[in-house]
Amino acid sequence: MAVTTRKARRERLMPRAAWWGTCTAVAVLFIYPLYVMLAQSLKAPKEAAAIPPTAYPHALSTQNYSDLSHSGEGLNVFDHIGNSVMVSVGATVATVVLSTLGGYAFARLRFPGSNIVFFVTLATFMIPFQAIITPLYIVLKDLGLQNSLLGLAIVYTTFQLPFGLFLMRNSFAALPASLEEAALMDGCNTLGAMLRVMLPVAIPGLITTALLTFFTAWNEFFAALILISDQAKFTLPVTLTLISSGVFGSVNWGLLEAGVALTIIPCIVIYLLLQRYYVGGLLSGAVKQ
Amino acid sequence: MQAAPVTATSVRRVLGPSRRRLTLRRRRQWLGVLFAAPAVLVITVFFLVPLGLTFYMSLNDWSLLGAHSWTGLDNYTRAFKDPAFRSAFWFTLEYTAVITPLLFLLALGLALLVKRRRRGARFFQSIYFLPVVIGFASSSFLWLYMGQPGLGPLFDLLQRLHLVSADANWLADKQSALLLVVVSITWKVVGLQMLLLLAGLQSIPVELEEAARIDGAGRGAVFRYITLPLLRPTLALVLVFSVAGSLLAFDQFFIMTNGGPSNSTITAVYQIYRVSFVQFHLGYGAALSVLLMVVLAIVSAVQLLLLRNTDNA
Repeated sequence: MAVTTRKARRERLMPRAAWWGTCTAVAVLFIYPLYVMLAQSLKAPKEAAAIPPTAYPHALSTQNYSDLSHSGEGLNVFDHIGNSVMVSVGATVATVVLSTLGGYAFARLRFPGSNIVFFVTLATFMIPFQAIITPLYIVLKDLGLQNSLLGLAIVYTTFQLPFGLFLMRNSFAALPASLEEAALMDGCNTLGAMLRVMLPVAIPGLITTALLTFFTAWNEFFAALILISDQAKFTLPVTLTLISSGVFGSVNWGLLEAGVALTIIPCIVIYLLLQRYYVGGLLSGAVKQ
Repeated sequence: MQAAPVTATSVRRVLGPSRRRLTLRRRRQWLGVLFAAPAVLVITVFFLVPLGLTFYMSLNDWSLLGAHSWTGLDNYTRAFKDPAFRSAFWFTLEYTAVITPLLFLLALGLALLVKRRRRGARFFQSIYFLPVVIGFASSSFLWLYMGQPGLGPLFDLLQRLHLVSADANWLADKQSALLLVVVSITWKVVGLQMLLLLAGLQSIPVELEEAARIDGAGRGAVFRYITLPLLRPTLALVLVFSVAGSLLAFDQFFIMTNGGPSNSTITAVYQIYRVSFVQFHLGYGAALSVLLMVVLAIVSAVQLLLLRNTDNA
């Protein structure tokens, strides 16, 4: 009975139609900039520069997207997408492998001092990488990893590792010890037990780690701007600064929005497909702190 | 119960397996060290070493090529007198003070709006969260276009509503440039705060609120005396996320305002970038980084304090 009165009161306060209306209006505000991005990128170059702007592309054109490959100063934006893919995938694979191994060790193969080591890695969470970028530049330079995509992937791996270790350790710790013991009885060695029995159950944690690392690496701007000095090695977000600063002549907003669309759309598609893991991971990451 | 006589075989039976278990435990420990080693090595080389180096560098005059000389606390005394750093510091605080309450109230409003378990609520949650997956850089480029004088759709819209004049240039004025950045960041991150608050709201047992209502409490009273106190850990978390994020702002100002007009929108991280990688005073840049870490440590300490008080309550 309590439930019905509560529901009824709510209905009185905000009728169903008003709720839908409000939510839809707010949703339009959130979607509008994305619509503008797509619309602008699909306008023919002349229309894209019109003042005042047209509300929708009067003639659909993919000119901006094809121009990204061969406009001015030998800059091919698609090469830079390749750079971004390499760095993001590299960082993701490295983070997943290292946090699976490390997380397993911290959860199941404890050694003297393993708790202290784990807490030290967690403590690195408290310090943002922006604060250590200057010496990081020097360390990378000494190792020959400055101005290198490999170096950038390692940096992204380093800064995602604490979270990955935390997530994977918790995933493995949540499994019953009997599961692993059974596998060991059946003649698996420890590595086999981990890969064949434990890992399949810990897959959700693994997907979350992979997703968050990929998004961070794909979108990261500050470290990429500082650590990569060779224009040919720029990742996608940094390459956009070249378009907006007019390396292609005066700023071409249709071209810029096409570049922005290529940066944003993969994120949105992956998010929509794997929303559950992404949101769950963010929440578990937040609860930890 | 009668004790079993101790014989050689019984001793072996007891010791044998346990010794084997001991070596097995040893082996598992070594395997643990082996498994954890790569992650620990990476964190040590690319995090702990640079972290230590930050403090050492901050006490030196350090050039890009690595030549350095010990200067003690000179970099720190310089920072407190440096007008460029002081202006960046105050601007960062100003930005944080503007955007934190705004984000928080909007996020709370959105969370309350889509909290109900009604058809459609999940859908709207997903839509409001959508911009969170977009990077700060790409979002800033998008809004840079939106707000361009003349040809930006947002500018055009406000001009049609007679809210701005045709010859206005938002990015040439500090207040309007800041406003444009605040709008873009709100769009990008408010969904994340909404999601965190939503998780907090949904963890409050419905029975508590219902009991209060049955006892005659009004909606406002329930929110003030039941919801808000129980939401406190979440509130502390969201506020600290928000404040730390704003204190570290860089991309949006680098891309949208370029620090301008006349360096009035340079943030702390932006200033560290300029000192270290434009002017190449790496030691001084490291000193500014240490100061930034101190401020962030204070924010974290305040969070711990807020959470501790919640536990006592």
